[in-house]
Amino acid sequence: MTNTNVVSKSEQKSIETVAVHGSKGYDPLTGAISYPIYQSATFKHEGLHQSTGYDYARLQNPTREEVENTVAKLENAEFGVAFSTGNAAVTAVLSLFKKGDHVIVSDDLYGGTYRLFEEIYSPYGIEHNFVDTTEIDNILDTIKENTRGIFIETPSNPMMKVTDLKRVVEIAKERNIVVIVDNTFLTPYFFRPIELGADIVVHSGTKYLGGHNDTLAGFVVTNSEKTNERIRFYQKSTGATLAPFDSWLILRGIKTLHVRMEYCQRNAITLAKFLENHPNVTDVFYVGLPNHKGYSIIKEQASGFGAMISFKVKNVSIVEKVLSSVKVITFAESLGGVESLITYPHTQTHSEMPEDFKRKLGLDDHTLRLSVGIEHIDDLLIDLENALG
Amino acid sequence: MKFGTKLIHNGNEVDPFTGALSIPIYQASTFHQPNIENIGKYDYARSGNPTREALENTIAQLENGVRGFAFSSGMAAISSVLSLFSAGDHIVICEDVYGGTFRIATKVLNRFGIEFTFVDASEISEIESAIKSNTKGLYLETPSNPLLKITDLREAIKIAKRNDVIVIVDNSFLSPYFQKPLDLGADIVVHSATKFIAGHSDVIGGLAVVKSEELARDLYTIQNSFGAVLGPQDCWLTLRGLKTLKVRMDVYEQTAQKLANWLLTNECVEEVYYPGLKEHPGHDIHFEQASGGGAVLSFTLKTIDQTIRFLQKVENVAVAVSLGGVETIVSYPVKMSHAAIPKDVRERLGVKDTLIRVSVGLEDVEDLIASFQKALI
Repeated sequence: MTNTNVVSKSEQKSIETVAVHGSKGYDPLTGAISYPIYQSATFKHEGLHQSTGYDYARLQNPTREEVENTVAKLENAEFGVAFSTGNAAVTAVLSLFKKGDHVIVSDDLYGGTYRLFEEIYSPYGIEHNFVDTTEIDNILDTIKENTRGIFIETPSNPMMKVTDLKRVVEIAKERNIVVIVDNTFLTPYFFRPIELGADIVVHSGTKYLGGHNDTLAGFVVTNSEKTNERIRFYQKSTGATLAPFDSWLILRGIKTLHVRMEYCQRNAITLAKFLENHPNVTDVFYVGLPNHKGYSIIKEQASGFGAMISFKVKNVSIVEKVLSSVKVITFAESLGGVESLITYPHTQTHSEMPEDFKRKLGLDDHTLRLSVGIEHIDDLLIDLENALG
Repeated sequence: MKFGTKLIHNGNEVDPFTGALSIPIYQASTFHQPNIENIGKYDYARSGNPTREALENTIAQLENGVRGFAFSSGMAAISSVLSLFSAGDHIVICEDVYGGTFRIATKVLNRFGIEFTFVDASEISEIESAIKSNTKGLYLETPSNPLLKITDLREAIKIAKRNDVIVIVDNSFLSPYFQKPLDLGADIVVHSATKFIAGHSDVIGGLAVVKSEELARDLYTIQNSFGAVLGPQDCWLTLRGLKTLKVRMDVYEQTAQKLANWLLTNECVEEVYYPGLKEHPGHDIHFEQASGGGAVLSFTLKTIDQTIRFLQKVENVAVAVSLGGVETIVSYPVKMSHAAIPKDVRERLGVKDTLIRVSVGLEDVEDLIASFQKALI
């Protein structure tokens, strides 16, 4: 695996330390170890034409600024912008494109992102093609003269397909195409796309960054000053900003990001192996299994596999049984929290996708998705064993 | 169910109305009563609040007690528990107890006629010989603060039971993940939840867990009368912190062990106090009653100059009071946690002015050692 442990070359601080200390770390005024929650909508001006740097909290708020800078630092990037949800962050990124632009999008991706492209941005005249980006040739075949962006989820949701980001970046750089990576599944602890040349990283901060299933948030991270300015302008204009308290909860969540990810992953590896050997399970999709198609790319480009597993059971009646009999694992949407969640993508996260589209991806009605938490592994194993029958 | 799972799923985390995976923050002081003939479970939030109740039930389960109580600070928890005693009662207490507990014993509760005898509880014979006919309580901290002295809980509890004495253990340093005093026979556990339980240096809170229904009734009366209860928002943050207790403690322990071993090899360091070191007095007893060495260690340097320089130069850690957060906190007991203890007593206890206490955080251990190395000259 690549040594991605040192985040900031100038300061030589490991990502663990950045996660704990954040950007500023302490409140410069009082030394408070926990960054203050500036629950303030506006800021006093000392006089005409004077500003403390903070004017109105939609534009900037010190607590939001701290979480923005912390996420940027974790991604080893210059700029971070925080949004009220992951979808708000993706929307902001798509606003970089204009009528007549063409964007190539990973075909296997979160249903909410799918909806944004299909229902919102298509009518605005932004063209897109959903492509299996795991095959680089598919991307090359789809690139047109007006292609301005490639949007990738890796590992993808829910089929856990892995895209070779280095290759995509090579292709894109030659043609001046912006590469956007949704890094929600692996988080900067395991994967830092900007170090590999991606232009923009987006996150649903609701997931591993927040990590406790109690806050909605989204982030856009970039090294480009121009992109940052446009994203900020969009944020300022449309106002989908992250609230101070939620910014603070995400900061608090990030402080344990590294230890949570390690535990989630350890549990996930064990569960994936267990599922592989279960007679009622026909397929297991986990990028940490050596027989996974994308295993070698992940090994080369990331420092870990994450904790998202999809699997197929023999038939729909087993799906029903699993969802009704899990006790430790909770049947709920979302992922990335301390508690293990099981999701039925067919009707939950991916209900927006047409049937034939889902069929093409292999997302059928006996596919389940598991977000592995930090419970004790024995309890998770027993729970799945009982549920699978 | 294993401890790590119990932290996440203990029946108090899901809202029964909506299924929300995070218990609601009931920021309500009072509750509408639809049926005046039959007042509901909640009437006024000092007496009971659903968010606080979730935390109280959770800690009771984690410590294996019958009931838990949440207070506005660790000292509120300790003061409330010590209010179970009456004028004329005598309490035996460990001499290197937390400075705040020392203060309430010697400046407040003594005025109400509660008598205290301070003993070196790591010597079991001292506990035994301090017990008098009016002794009603034994108050212990193990490992102790700041020298990490170990008290043999099983032996101490044996003596207490023979004499009908209530045993109270401050379990803040280890948390129930590493040590469960009630399982060893203690009657009450108290916590500064500010420390490892909440774990992020952002909440001030206290908890108490009792082992009998009788103590539960009495302590509830005190909690409801004094009213030093924990607010809903802070209860919720504490519950949120508890979810990662195990994963935090596991990493702390590994880092503390490495740091302690490294400190032993540094030539500026005179002594290292950490229960995880084989040479630490009480190491064997500790591991008979606890499953980990914890995250707190102390060490002395050879000179005061070195000590001051270290505190001024050390980077990437917080120089602050308190402990148990995700960030490494270095503190100077003579000026901080033990400033309330008179100099002569302090020195007799071994709390020297070259003593530094470290609460190890979740930073990478190599960054920590590098930063200590730079400051130790």
